Amino acid sequence: MNIIAPWPWYVAGALIGLIVPALLILGNKHFGISANLRHLCAACIPSNIPFFKYDWKKESWNLFFIGGIFIGGFIAAQFLGSDAPIIIHPDLAKELAGYGITDLSGMVPVQLFQLLDVFTLRGFVMMVGGGFLVGFGTRYAGGCTSGHAIMGLSNLQWPSLVATICFMIGGFVMANFILPYILAL
Amino acid sequence: MNTKETDFEVRSLDTMCLNESNLSHPWWYNFKYLAVGIVFGVVFVKAEIISWFRIQEMFRLQSFHMYGVIGTAVVVGAISIFLIKKFKVKTIHGEDITFTDKKFNMGQIYGGLLFGFGWAITGACPGPLFAQLGTGVLAISVVILSSIAGTWVYGKFRDKLPH
Repeated sequence: MNIIAPWPWYVAGALIGLIVPALLILGNKHFGISANLRHLCAACIPSNIPFFKYDWKKESWNLFFIGGIFIGGFIAAQFLGSDAPIIIHPDLAKELAGYGITDLSGMVPVQLFQLLDVFTLRGFVMMVGGGFLVGFGTRYAGGCTSGHAIMGLSNLQWPSLVATICFMIGGFVMANFILPYILAL
Repeated sequence: MNTKETDFEVRSLDTMCLNESNLSHPWWYNFKYLAVGIVFGVVFVKAEIISWFRIQEMFRLQSFHMYGVIGTAVVVGAISIFLIKKFKVKTIHGEDITFTDKKFNMGQIYGGLLFGFGWAITGACPGPLFAQLGTGVLAISVVILSSIAGTWVYGKFRDKLPH
């Protein structure tokens, strides 16, 4: 396998699946990312809220884990990157072109996610609004794609199946029926 | 420590306060989790899981890629957990590996739908956000800060929300 070319889904899926036993065997840790957002609140802005009053230092392994994800992203982008643009479905390319999004290079569309775009209505809704929904929703649901969809389903937990189905319903509704209005802003 | 009955996550839903090791390790033992995270971050980028475009394709049924990734991960994860339970595998420090059943509450529906909305807008769930920032997209720092704010607001008003 060419390490520079994009990796196929079955390689990526198998590697991500192996993170579940890796964390369990390294220290009986359960795979989950969004709890880190709670730990960061508990560490930085607990504000005397009961939900954030716990010993976050006991969960610091998870902060090391997301620190690793950050470093992994840096390494892959700096040393393992491919210059070839991502090939996307022609229908999606056509739809996005209708909103003026024609630069398909990179992982994140540069025409949507720029630091200064936060002062535009579209940028504010997408970055601040979208981020807020991710943080609020994952904690309300008690987990995100890793904690529910991967760890929860792997452990055959039916509440995680409910959560995962709701993630997908929410995503389908947003992407197909609401996001077009946001992109048109 | 907060172990209120209404905190569905503590001891039940999340990584919180359960699986607490009885051994006390020096802090630098946590670097093993950093190493796993690095592998995860590289996979995120190289398999284009952190691509906003791939997430849009997923929610428009225009690509099998993300379904293949998540589906394979669940199958591999499930087989791994089955084997760990069957052979009573222990951690590298000789401790038992434990599992806790998740309890259902309405938050999984309401919160799940809200997270789904956010996922489709930002094109990223919490893990990929940190990888995206690592690749150098500074604007993602706004998204991450806002997601921390969202978590804080949930914590602030959780007693008033239906669960």
